[in-house]
Parts: sequence; structure tokens; C-alpha cells
Amino acid sequence: MAYVAVKGGERAIDNAHAWMAEERRGDPSAPELGLDQIAGQLGRAVDRAMAEGSLYDRELAALAIKQAQGDLIEAAFLLRAYRTTLPRFGHAEPVDTARMQLRRRVSAIFKDLPGGQVLGPTYDYTHRLLDFSLAADNTPQPAAQAEAADERVPRASDILGHEALIEGDGPTGEEPGDLTREPLAFPAGRDLRLQALARGDEGFLLALGYSTQRGWGGTHPFVGEIRMGEVVVEMVPPELGFAIDIGDITVTECQMVNQFRGSKTVPPQFTRGYGLAFGHAERKAMGMALVDRAMRAEEFGEEATAPAQRVEFVLSHCDNIEATGFVEHLKLPHYVDFQSELEAVRRMRAAVAVEPVAEAAE
Amino acid sequence: MKGYNFGYLDEQTKRMIRRAILKAVAIPGHQIPFGSREMPLPYGWGTGGIQVTASVLGPDDTLKVIDQGADDTTNAVSIRRFFARTAGVRTTTHTEEASVIQTRHRIPERKLREDQILVYQVPQPEPLSRLEPSRAETKRLHALADYGLMQVKLYEDIARLGQVSISYDYPVMVNGRYLMSPSPIPAFDNPKMHGMPALQLFGAGREKRIYAIPPYTDVRSLDFDDHPFRATRAPHACGLCGATDSYLDEVVTDDRGGRLFVCSDTDYCASRRDTAQVAAQ
Repeated sequence: MAYVAVKGGERAIDNAHAWMAEERRGDPSAPELGLDQIAGQLGRAVDRAMAEGSLYDRELAALAIKQAQGDLIEAAFLLRAYRTTLPRFGHAEPVDTARMQLRRRVSAIFKDLPGGQVLGPTYDYTHRLLDFSLAADNTPQPAAQAEAADERVPRASDILGHEALIEGDGPTGEEPGDLTREPLAFPAGRDLRLQALARGDEGFLLALGYSTQRGWGGTHPFVGEIRMGEVVVEMVPPELGFAIDIGDITVTECQMVNQFRGSKTVPPQFTRGYGLAFGHAERKAMGMALVDRAMRAEEFGEEATAPAQRVEFVLSHCDNIEATGFVEHLKLPHYVDFQSELEAVRRMRAAVAVEPVAEAAE
Repeated sequence: MKGYNFGYLDEQTKRMIRRAILKAVAIPGHQIPFGSREMPLPYGWGTGGIQVTASVLGPDDTLKVIDQGADDTTNAVSIRRFFARTAGVRTTTHTEEASVIQTRHRIPERKLREDQILVYQVPQPEPLSRLEPSRAETKRLHALADYGLMQVKLYEDIARLGQVSISYDYPVMVNGRYLMSPSPIPAFDNPKMHGMPALQLFGAGREKRIYAIPPYTDVRSLDFDDHPFRATRAPHACGLCGATDSYLDEVVTDDRGGRLFVCSDTDYCASRRDTAQVAAQ
């Protein structure tokens, strides 16, 4: 009898994993990648894995990237699965990005502003020509250095805020929700929306942000400011009662300044979209800021019809760990369900053969 | 396993999940939101079922894991190993030996008992999701017990095709109140849910919902008086054990239309063959 069990079994799984480990290592005569190399030379990949993995740890992110053969969604998943096992001590104070040790700061709405424009390490004005000299060992020329500005550099939104030309930060003090502990429910407040976007898929936010620029929920954005650098994370331990510094993290912040609104009671002022991501991640922060503003349509009495404006749609689909799991689960066996579909189709076809459908509907 | 708590999840998380399970048991068929955690297996691969199992499992339990009715499908093997590794519990492939059975897409053929728990992996807990995508809206429909959308869907199927076209994940009314997804089990399995002595728990990890059917609860597949629900299976006997009452997988044996129909429940099939062999001796 030709009955061959198509069902997998333990040995197949072990063998598959061994093969995968061999593939991951690649040609054994080539030197193995070290975590310091990944963390040091693939920094943007590390940043993305940390942002979407919701865990700020460059070394662990480098390990995840190595383990995932550079598949960044898989790496983010590894970080998430690790993160969820860690105890939660509490929450940090809001980071003060005005006190950021700036590496980059550009504004598109003022030619010059306090703190100045700081181009920093950027690909923005590179010509995208493959640099064949990088294929060999390459030691770059040392970059010019300047004294870091030590003082607080006000954000573009603070500058506009002096004249009340832009909406404020909104009320603070209330403890924000935590979507890693409590399931997301709709309508979702802006705290939860921003949390979801901050760990959301860069490609998804980029595409949705782009769609708003093409007329699907336009918000007339200007980049008020993008800044990237190191911020201090502070926490107030209950037994001390005052804030202590628990470390520095690199973040990218984007403040979009959007079309003004006004009403009979509120004079016209600019509105804002906000983006913040771990590491150097301008594309992500900008996409996030565009989508954040688009999702505030209802708040400003705009018609919410475009995909980027629909909070439930955006938040339910921006998480790439959830998305990749559910899309890829289609690989799992479904033969029981398919069998029931087969039987149903056969039954219906048999019924049609006996009597035409039109009569069956009578 | 070193470095991890019994059953992988920490006790705080288990407590949170157990609270959700208690609520779910108190309101049969009602979806309870819970703070689903990232698991070391992907969403869509049983993370909800795994979290529920991890929360109800004790060191004295015996666990059985099936996928498509079989103990040896790759994902069932993977989940069984996960618990053998993180909880060190006894595992079995025999339905009658198990105290907890985690399943994907099937209910075992053998009748379950009061001292057993059946944990379903659920991809989409919202039975109305294909008719109304917004969960804010379906929540309202459940609150009002407004299930007209689904009734109309069944009616339209009958009008167009002469019969209901849903062959798996066939919606059920639980305790006469909540419309519920039975998870993608074949409609053939639906009647087994009605009045089942075992506790039935449903976990949807990605969608962050838990629901339950307490023992001996009324579970009816949605239908009409003049078009009653019918459980169907392939009209054959199992090619290995000869069973005519079990759900069958269709195995393609060659490229000339050759087919073999065998029990999808591998434990049921194997035990029938064992019994037959003993009887023959």
C-alpha cells in the first residue's frame, strides 16, 4: 500500500534545525561574525531590531540578528520573546528630548533656530553610487570634530509654542497605558497609539505615511524638527522618592507640524504629529509622526475615511510580529479544514448535477 | 528548564490568565480580553492555546497535543516538546491517559471525561469577523445579541447554493446567549461540544482573547428549522482501521486519482487496530 505518512515527526524537526544552523554559519573557512561587528558595523539593523523588538539592548539585538541570519523581523521576534520573560520594575520618567546630547538636528521650517542645524551622520546628501572601495578593508578619514553644545536645545514645537501657534503637549501626569500588559481596546488613547506605532513595522508606517501624502488622508505636514542623539533615562524608585539616572539611550524624534485648525472658541493653531524610535531611525520616526497625526482626524473634526486615519485598522495591523506569525501560519497543516471544504464542494457539485441551482433556491 | 519558571510563564502572568479563564467559564462563549504575552513560538502557531495550557498545567498533569487530530504533526511535536522542556510534565498520545489535551483543528473521537480539559488553539475568536471587520462594532453586536448578520449569511448560502457553505469553524450558540467560533474544527466535530463533560478552553494569543465552555453546556450549531445542521464526513470507511464513525483525512496515493481515506485522529485509529489485533489472537 502506498500510504506514506506525510506527518513530520521529531527527527525531521531536529534535522531541519541542524541544517539551518549549518546554513547560518555559511562557509566555515570565512571568519565568523562577532556580535561587536554586528553592533558596530550594522548599527541601523540593530536599531531597527531594537525598535520593533521593544527592547533597548544593542548586544542582545546583535545576537538576535546573528541568530536570525539578518532577518530583522525574526530578530525583533527573538527580542520580544526574550523581553516578555523579564521582570518589570516600573516605568521611567518621560525622557526630556530638549536635553538630548544631539548628534543630528534639522528643521525644515526655520532656516536657523536656537541650537542651529546639525547635519550629523546622515546619508541624506550622499550620491547613491556603490562605493567599491568598501569591498576591501577600509579605514575612513577621521571626521572633523566640534565642541558639543552643552545647553538645552529647545524643540521647534517649543519655539512655536511660545506664541501659542502650535498645540501643546497635552496633559501629563496620568500613568500611561501599557499595551504589552493589557490588550488593546478601541477607542485607543494617544498614549497607546504611540506605543503601538513605536514598535510597529517600519515598512507599514512608511507606506501608510506615504499614502497620506498622496491624498489618502492628507495632513499637510512640515518637518518641524528631527533630532537624534542620546537621552538620559530616569526613574523614581519608590524607596528614594527622587529621580535617578539609569542609563542613556539613543533615540530619533520627529515633530511634524501640520495644518492649522481653529474653531469659534479656539484660535487657529498648528497641529502636531509625533514620532519617536529607538536608535537612528528617521524613516520610522517620520512615518510614525505622519500616521499619528492622520489618526487624530476625528479629534480635529476631519472626515476619517483613509486607511491611515482609521485607528483600529492601523493599530491592528502595524505589529509585524503578529502579522508575520499569522501570515506564515498558513504553512502549518490545514488538511482537516481543506478536507471539509473538499467534501462540501463535492456535495454541492453532486446536488447541482441532480437539479440546477436555480431550482434549489426556490 | 534552567532559567525559566514552570511552564515558561511567570506566576504573575499565569494568575492574570487564570483570572481571564475564570471569567470565561462564568460567561460561557463570551470573549474575555487578556494581556497575551509574546511566546517563543510565533503568533498563529498556537500561542493562545499554549498560554492557557501553561496556566492550567500542574506537575501531576499528563499532556497530549494534537494538530489535525494527529500527535505526530510537526507543530504538535513542537508544542509537546515545549512543555516537556519547560514544565517537565508527562506527555502521552493516548486520549484517555491525558488530563490536559491541547488541540488545533480537531476534537478527539473518543468521548472526553469530567477530569479532562480540552484546550483549543484559536486563530480568530470573533465569529463575525468575516462579516464585520471592526472589533469595536462586533463587541456591540455581541452585547445586543444581534446575530442577524450571521443568520443572513446562512440564509444567503442556502438560497444560492442549496446548503450552508461553511464546512469548518462553523458558528455555534453557547448557552443560548453568545455566538462563538468553535475554532477551525470541521463542522463534523461541532456536536461533540454540546454537553461535553470536559471543560473546554479556547485561547487566541494574537487576538488576545480567552473564552470557555463549562462542562455540560448547551452548544448548538447555528441553523434553521427547515434546514437543520448536518455533520458530514467523507462517505468512506477508514482504510486502516475500518471505522465508519470517525473524521477522515484524504491521502493522495498516486497521480491517477488514487485516494486512501484514513482516520484523522491517529490515536483513535491506532487503538482500534490494536483492539482488532488482540481480538484476532
